[in-house]
Amino acid sequence: MTELKTGARLKSAVCDGEIMVVKAPAGDLDVTCGGAPMVDAGADAERVDINPDHAVGIVIGKRYINEDESLEVLCVKAGEGSLAVDGNLLLQKDTKALPKTD
Amino acid sequence: MNIMMLLEMAAGAFPDRPAFTDGNSGQTLTYGELFEAARFRARTVKDSAATRLAKLDVSNLGTPLSLFSSAWAGVPYVPLNYRLTNDEIEALLKRVTPAYLVTQPERAATLGRLADVNAVHTEDFVGADSHPEALAEEWSMDPDEVAVLLFTSGTTGVPKAAVLRHKHLVSYILTSVEFAGAAEEDAALVCVPPYHIAGIAAILSSVYSGRHVVQLPNFTADKWIELARVHKITTAFVVPTMLARIVESLEGESTAGMPHLQSLSYGGGKMPLSVIEKAMELFPDTDFSNAYGLTETSSTIAVLGPEDHRRAKSSDDEVVRRRLVSVGQALPGVEIEIRDDEGRVLASGERGEIYVRGEQVSGEYEDRGSVTDSDGWFPTRDAGSLDAEGYLFLEGRADDVIVRGGENLSPGEIEDCLLSHPTVKDAAVVGIPDEQWGEGVAAAVVPAKGAQIDIDALKAHVNAHMRSSRVPQLIAVWDELPYNETGKLLRRVVKAELTT
Repeated sequence: MTELKTGARLKSAVCDGEIMVVKAPAGDLDVTCGGAPMVDAGADAERVDINPDHAVGIVIGKRYINEDESLEVLCVKAGEGSLAVDGNLLLQKDTKALPKTD
Repeated sequence: MNIMMLLEMAAGAFPDRPAFTDGNSGQTLTYGELFEAARFRARTVKDSAATRLAKLDVSNLGTPLSLFSSAWAGVPYVPLNYRLTNDEIEALLKRVTPAYLVTQPERAATLGRLADVNAVHTEDFVGADSHPEALAEEWSMDPDEVAVLLFTSGTTGVPKAAVLRHKHLVSYILTSVEFAGAAEEDAALVCVPPYHIAGIAAILSSVYSGRHVVQLPNFTADKWIELARVHKITTAFVVPTMLARIVESLEGESTAGMPHLQSLSYGGGKMPLSVIEKAMELFPDTDFSNAYGLTETSSTIAVLGPEDHRRAKSSDDEVVRRRLVSVGQALPGVEIEIRDDEGRVLASGERGEIYVRGEQVSGEYEDRGSVTDSDGWFPTRDAGSLDAEGYLFLEGRADDVIVRGGENLSPGEIEDCLLSHPTVKDAAVVGIPDEQWGEGVAAAVVPAKGAQIDIDALKAHVNAHMRSSRVPQLIAVWDELPYNETGKLLRRVVKAELTT
């Protein structure tokens, strides 16, 4: 369980996946990738096995949110594990295509 | 959160794709090369003990490299306006020392003598040999660190240094750009100056979408057309005066002959209806977008998209057609309100000051702090109104409002009326001192090609369409109006001229 800070970067313990926290609610959260707790991107982490129920994968550049959208993360490196918080899988956020303006 | 992360993602996903090409020299950096170079330059910047990286040069490969290496090193990037006088530049530079200054050789010699300024030639900064070591540590992910200090154009006084933090810029990119959204052959032609917020936004959005950027350092219409054709440009941004010159340069041709140009967006000033209509004919295959934004809001906050353009142009409904001169609707995550002088929120159609709120809005200046209110709303000092569907219409700067005998008059509205007369190509309306009314209405107008302006007829035209208080008491006919290089009308110059 960790308190998530906006801008913080976490990595998966089951794959190459990495995320950045875009926004997070106050309080401790249990964020997992592929079923295993995610760790600080700078930390050393031992690889563990992926939970097959959490193995859809994450796509670079996609944003993921929880049910009430209080948590939003950005995938900055793709991986095979799926993201979950407190056991509930995160959903991919739809982005509206905007006209190019710059 | 750090803008370096945007480049890291692009470099990881398509390292061999061309990222930036200098339109003058033809020299190119790929995404992988740009990322690696930033790591080495970051070390150089960090070792210099400078607290700011300033860049004083036209757009070139040193521009993205300065932006990203300063982000990696954890010092704010300060692009300076190379069109200012030496005295003005020195005054700005002294506000950002100790500085690592990337500049042209002729500038480096003089400015390098200033205290706490470490000046290097852009060419040496870009050249690999001068940077033997890479920075070992990663960039900071603290979202509150300052990414960019941008001096406002100072059209009304001493330039203010707007503070843009990593969270503002990253939030703008994440909500408005799809990662890797560009196709392999997509290319953007960037001709806005590097010290303008649109120049910074162009770098960041292109990088995040994986688009190849071709830089045009000194805009001329002919060079723009040439580069657009040679590089098969698919997307570009121009300010209204640039589009007017491009349209002029293509005169006599039935189309621009650029079927590859998928989108052309414009912003930074008021677009004359005649120019955009002509442009839509010359570029029949191109999607047009109008973007409205400010330095303090990390660029675009409202967009009039291609569909809006087409619907407005072909509509019989006056309300819909008028939207062609609007700046569209707020971006997702951005809220816009119109308020009166007492801060009350106004209904649609009513004119007041534009307020904006959102994650990308900074509203902060160095040494002055934030000017947003307790709920995060930033007063833009731009005047405008929203229609019933949230389309935003700009009416000039709030400070430009003319107060005549206690009545507030919007210069923009009177300018539109003058421009609707066939003999008028361009118009500027300002307030001038008046003994009887406090302020009086004065106008400078530019005749359309081959037309003769009859001042009495023009006054009668305004009188026929607006209340008599709006009729200019003075109309001067000029060859052209004064604009700055990003297309902003220099109203104080008009005012000074018409007052004497």
